[in-house]
Amino acid sequence: MATSSINAPSASPVEDSRSFISRLRNGDEIARIVTFIFAASVVLITVLLVYELWVASVLPRQKFGLAFLVTKLWDPIAEQFGALTFIYGTVVTSAVALLIAVPLGIGAAIFLAELAPQKVSDPLQFFIDLLAAVPSVIYGVLGVFIVIPLMRSVLAPTLQATLGFLPLFKGPAYGVGFLTAGIVLAIMVIPYIISVSREVLLSVPRDQREAALALGSTRWEATWKVVVPFARTGIMGSIFLALARALGETMAVTMVIGNTPSISASLFAPGYSIAAVIANEFTEATGDMYIQSLIQLGLVLFLLTFILNGLARLLMLLTASRGSGTGRA
Amino acid sequence: MSASARSAVTVNLTPTSIAAANRESAAPAPMRMTVSKVNFFYGSKQTLFDVNMTVAANRVTALIGPSGCGKSTLLRTFNRMHETVRYARLEGEILLDGQNILSQDVTLLRRRVGMVFQRPNPFPKSIFDNVAYGPKINGAKEPIAEIVERSLRRAALWDEVKDHLHKSAYELSGGQQQRLCIARGLAVEPEVLLLDEPCSALDPISTAKIEELLVQLKDSCTIAIVTHNMQQAARVSDFTAFLLVGQLVEFNPTPQLFTTPSDPRTEAYITGRFG
Amino acid sequence: MNARLKWRKLVSAFMLTMTGVCAVVAVAVLFFILGYLVFHGGRSINWDFFTKLPTPVGETGGGMANAIVGSAKLLFLASLFGVPIGFFGAIYLAEFSGSKTAFVVRYAADLLNGVPSIVIGIFAYALVVLPFKHFSAYAGGFALGVMMIPITLRSTEEFLLGVPNTLREAAMALGASKWKTIATVIVPAAYRGILTSVLLAFARVAGETAPLLFTAFGNRYWSPGFNSPIESLPHMVYIYAISPYEDWQRQAWAAGLVLLGLILIVNVVARFILARGVAVQRS
Repeated sequence: MATSSINAPSASPVEDSRSFISRLRNGDEIARIVTFIFAASVVLITVLLVYELWVASVLPRQKFGLAFLVTKLWDPIAEQFGALTFIYGTVVTSAVALLIAVPLGIGAAIFLAELAPQKVSDPLQFFIDLLAAVPSVIYGVLGVFIVIPLMRSVLAPTLQATLGFLPLFKGPAYGVGFLTAGIVLAIMVIPYIISVSREVLLSVPRDQREAALALGSTRWEATWKVVVPFARTGIMGSIFLALARALGETMAVTMVIGNTPSISASLFAPGYSIAAVIANEFTEATGDMYIQSLIQLGLVLFLLTFILNGLARLLMLLTASRGSGTGRA
Repeated sequence: MSASARSAVTVNLTPTSIAAANRESAAPAPMRMTVSKVNFFYGSKQTLFDVNMTVAANRVTALIGPSGCGKSTLLRTFNRMHETVRYARLEGEILLDGQNILSQDVTLLRRRVGMVFQRPNPFPKSIFDNVAYGPKINGAKEPIAEIVERSLRRAALWDEVKDHLHKSAYELSGGQQQRLCIARGLAVEPEVLLLDEPCSALDPISTAKIEELLVQLKDSCTIAIVTHNMQQAARVSDFTAFLLVGQLVEFNPTPQLFTTPSDPRTEAYITGRFG
Repeated sequence: MNARLKWRKLVSAFMLTMTGVCAVVAVAVLFFILGYLVFHGGRSINWDFFTKLPTPVGETGGGMANAIVGSAKLLFLASLFGVPIGFFGAIYLAEFSGSKTAFVVRYAADLLNGVPSIVIGIFAYALVVLPFKHFSAYAGGFALGVMMIPITLRSTEEFLLGVPNTLREAAMALGASKWKTIATVIVPAAYRGILTSVLLAFARVAGETAPLLFTAFGNRYWSPGFNSPIESLPHMVYIYAISPYEDWQRQAWAAGLVLLGLILIVNVVARFILARGVAVQRS
């Protein structure tokens, strides 16, 4: 492709035999410079974003240091800020979401990739792609008007009747809470798991499944013991992607989680997530320490999603290059 | 058809000594499989026309013919692998030990009739787990480790991998992977082993090893092999079937087919005039 | 057939059916949402909805005219900012750049794509709201524009790269310079994909609320120009849905229906455009 390129109009003297001005008259060079500026601005914006997050949260870092991450207390009046409750809420709701979405998503992906004829699989995938396009606030509406009442009247009583001995399901259930948020998040991330897993499963070489069948496997055994393990790495990638999405989700969560900064073992208890507290308190935050603590929460969230997305990309790269599972026993 | 004057048949007939010895005793052998009036359709297109042949027990039967003649298609009907393709349809009768395979349970059938594919396709598991896969899902009466060792020995791979059983199968060379696939297929103790151009992706040395292997295996197993390499068919097989455009042109004991073919089309093929 | 085989076959049939159930459940959610919004929101969509301003708290009636116009303004600004960066940046990546620069730009775009939208809101707050000391459509438009960039960039790049090299060579052989080739041959060849990319990016940010919470902020009245706080449709859905007033809740459903309807239509149109075009090879 292209080899050398000048980086800015005010670059040092060029080695080209033509002068800089005459090169500039060449439309190609202008085009290169102009498009480069646009491309560079992408990098600039990204760098600026990280910079702003860092610089605008300097106060709480100075005052609390890393203890910020493990302190439970969030008291704006006393100017004591700790992220633990929000990290807890974020992690718990995402974990619940994955526990629901992963089996459902992989199951659906298996159906679409292995069982359904193309005439059925493609339209279904189309609808699932549309599901991924539904905005967060609409899922929030679904959560508020469907899931919350359902939780209050049906789900919570059932769970408490059957599994009430577990600390997970103790305590009063008002409809909002970790479990509700987890369910709504699950619905939101299922499309991502399905799309990616389906693609990965479709790319498993045919003769893997045929070899399994030729050894006398049932269709399920061939799928579950050979094809899915072969696609293991890519499917893991899709899970990380879904997790990253769930962690950063704001509107749907804040509409159903209860917005109460508390850590509780019960899934029925109301809680708070990082994104939700930023959404609710940002415009009402008074004082630099308060706002900057919220921004610091944003930085924490950014780092979490950054790491997860990075892992997901790594896994996808591994899938693509090795064209197989891990190959280990 | 009488043998043509062209007795300079350009086929390298240097069978291995074992094969030669076995062919001496190729007296009428019981038929393991019988194929009658088989017609095969892919959608509305017919790809096999009225095929009738047999697969002799404890012998190697080769299917040869130019690309697209239907030999792989035919082989894949023997363990009903054609059913994995949506629009494939089989008419006719295929008997295994006298029972029609189409009326048996397909999972059971595939234990009795195993398959090795063109490209080595070990599972993303260890060498041990690859071979153990079949016995494990089908329920094994003996300890798995014994079955694995026996199968690897039968596939002439044991000595090379016995200290590395838990390494990934992908660390083996192409020829070793293919022998692993053969071991994997043997682990369920099939009565018939089908091989679909098993050496086409391998180097000459690996090919030679596998050819030797096949000749040894036939004592305990019935073998059917598809090959585009005529010399290979001549080297290893006891019976050869020549297919052309979906029709079975000739089916005879190998020495006879290659020296005195009864059909001019066969002769044209084996003398290299086409294909 | 022995017992063990019977059991295995039973398990197989059962598990495979379950996967079908999973797929049906996943798709059913979409139709459920649509159905729910149509049923509850459809009744509340009337002329007032599109033309009137919100009434004071507690009073029934009114509409979301300002939010609709507000969303339009915000999306206009977002496209103005995000699309050129994505488009021209993609041209650079596909036609001019070396592999190292390309890697850095792509990595930055992917990183940006993965940033939670609320964090983008913080970014826009720090960059636009703080210096100007007030909320504005500029801030909201900037936030949404930043979100449009990665989608537009990566997708457009893919489609540009998908244009066969033979077209480039043919144009160059006829004496066209590189930029002329790009403008007159390559971009037109990829126009369907590029259009799709822009539409999909548009649909994605049209429904975003979080980045607008403290950038555009909201406004119960008309917002003149771009320099003051401005309302948006998703934001109204949020506020009204969590309110205790039944009238507002119904309006929330109506707004949700309009919003979702628009987004789904844009999505379907975008995919339709793509499907109808010559199959462009995706990388």
